[in-house]
Amino acid sequence: MPAENTLARTWADTHGGDLDLRLTDTCLRDGSHHKRHQFTGQEVHDIVEALDSSGIPVIEVAHGDGLGGSSFNYGFSRTPEQELIKIAAETAKQAKIAFLMLPGVGTKDDIRAAQDNGGQICRIATHCTEADTSQQHFALARELGLETVGFLMMSHTQPPEVLAKQARTMVDAGCQCVYVVDSAGALVMEQTADRVSAVFAEISGDATVGFHGHENLGLGVANTIIAARSGATQIDGSVRRFGAGAGNTPLEAFIGVCDKLGWRTGVDFLQIVDASEDVIRPAMPEECRLDRMTLMMGYAGVYSSFLKHAGNAAERYDVSGAKILLEAGRRKLIGGQEDQLIDIALMLRAEADKEDANR
Amino acid sequence: MSKLTAAIVGPGNIGTDLMYKLLRSDLIEPRWMIGVDPSSEGLRLATERGLEASHEGVDWLLKQDELPDLIFEATSAYVHREYAPRYQEAGIRAVDLTPASVGPAVIPPVNGEAHVDAWNVNMITCGGQATIPMVAAVSRAAEVSYAEIVASVSSVSAGPGTRANIDEFTRTTSRGVEEIGGAARGKAIIILNPAEPPMIMRDTIFCAIAPDADRDAVVTSILAMEKAVQEYVPGYRLLQEPQIDDPSPATLGQTKVSIFVEVEGAGDFLPPYAGNLDIMTAAATQVGQNIARAALAATTTKGS
Repeated sequence: MPAENTLARTWADTHGGDLDLRLTDTCLRDGSHHKRHQFTGQEVHDIVEALDSSGIPVIEVAHGDGLGGSSFNYGFSRTPEQELIKIAAETAKQAKIAFLMLPGVGTKDDIRAAQDNGGQICRIATHCTEADTSQQHFALARELGLETVGFLMMSHTQPPEVLAKQARTMVDAGCQCVYVVDSAGALVMEQTADRVSAVFAEISGDATVGFHGHENLGLGVANTIIAARSGATQIDGSVRRFGAGAGNTPLEAFIGVCDKLGWRTGVDFLQIVDASEDVIRPAMPEECRLDRMTLMMGYAGVYSSFLKHAGNAAERYDVSGAKILLEAGRRKLIGGQEDQLIDIALMLRAEADKEDANR
Repeated sequence: MSKLTAAIVGPGNIGTDLMYKLLRSDLIEPRWMIGVDPSSEGLRLATERGLEASHEGVDWLLKQDELPDLIFEATSAYVHREYAPRYQEAGIRAVDLTPASVGPAVIPPVNGEAHVDAWNVNMITCGGQATIPMVAAVSRAAEVSYAEIVASVSSVSAGPGTRANIDEFTRTTSRGVEEIGGAARGKAIIILNPAEPPMIMRDTIFCAIAPDADRDAVVTSILAMEKAVQEYVPGYRLLQEPQIDDPSPATLGQTKVSIFVEVEGAGDFLPPYAGNLDIMTAAATQVGQNIARAALAATTTKGS
């Protein structure tokens, strides 16, 4: 069977050229969580250079929580993100630089600044039921001539038909590609396929579909393959998994899989594997691992970037980090509510003190 | 004692909830409810409660023989910017519940009496009303170099105006954190959470203060402010003792104060989870009453 038959659609079908899938590496944005937002200009330069020369077509750069994310709540950036975007744009020879913003955290002014610094793709992320908060930002981005992407975060929490409707809201506002985003790494393959298919059916006449995975149940590559077969033509991943939680879909592994399936990504497998080993890994504080905390996130459906914050609160108040994450899942916290993890830790501390007193 | 008459413009969630609060006021008589959609539930409820309701907009109101003393604007920032000059031309004072920021901003327990003579006062945002009192409380006891607020509200309590103009919320709130809260630099974050059953509004206030600041004085001031807000929003409460973290690189070398607040609404029109709407309408009622008290006192003095 010819390879192209396994894809519902290719990037070339809608945009010409010779890519079946268009990849975005997110280690300089999603990896910012793992790095506690401590990237230096030199690291960004070196990583962009390595990814760019391997043929990665899009590289995302921003604070982990998007433009304006540098804060008490999410962690202060060591280097201002706009400076990092500028360095990335000046370094990349062929790759386009993308940036992320979350309505309610960043503002339109941040989008303008990112474009001035060389950002070309504006990615706007909302919780997957709140797409209508992104309308003014998509309108501005299109007015500025930016390419647009919409992120429906925590897509595991809603059924396919809800996601399709929310995707439509983004597309009507000016979004050119809507991503199904598995922020908690909680989706299993059939659920991914159902969601991507529903969004594809709703918007494929007007826009493309993307998929952003996490590894919290070890399913990043598997979910991404099924997403591509269901119609997603823009794919996120991070080389070496360098992302929040247990990390993102390991992009170099996915590229190897694409080679085997005959899906053209434009990326040189050997070069990207070298980049992973020689450039990305040295910039990581540690490998992204499937351990008690990150498994808990996939299992309980918790936003991946809560990992480090739950760890901080657990340490500060001497309570179980895993219990903090489980309670975050029970409270149905969504992306952005990192502050509530401290409240949960204090509650667990109070409970533990009460038990000690009764003993 | 006589009352000031008032019109509520915008019969949505905020306008309708405000109506119930104003109906209990000794100083303000809500007489008109103005909208643009004849099928509006708010207009129907207003008629039921004896107000004159019109779906023909502010233009209709301004053509009436008798005009209100006060307008409470509960539409959107864009609408209010357009109409604010016309209210003043017509001699009507405005309490603005949108983030338009035409007039000076007011937070009742901080500067509630400061602008009773102004033609237009702004209520900032729900997140601002819930958090700026705490920033001000910390500022009273210590110099605040940076304050950041995170407001989480239930999705169902965030109307189309807030959603379409979420940047206005963050911008207006962060300005209020600086100008009224007293922080040298302010930042605001808003989260809409769709959980069912809906979550009660929660706010977190982070302040950076000097390492040598008097921590006990800061905590005492925070606890006093909780009481002050409870006078008009009984469901306003600290969820935890204020948390104080020693200076570290993660706190920009400053002492970090964290304050966790929950705002449960009075349930006048919307359910109690919508504390964000309740604190807005309760604060606007306070401010309206302060204006009425001043205006009525002036009239009495003149008359006697």
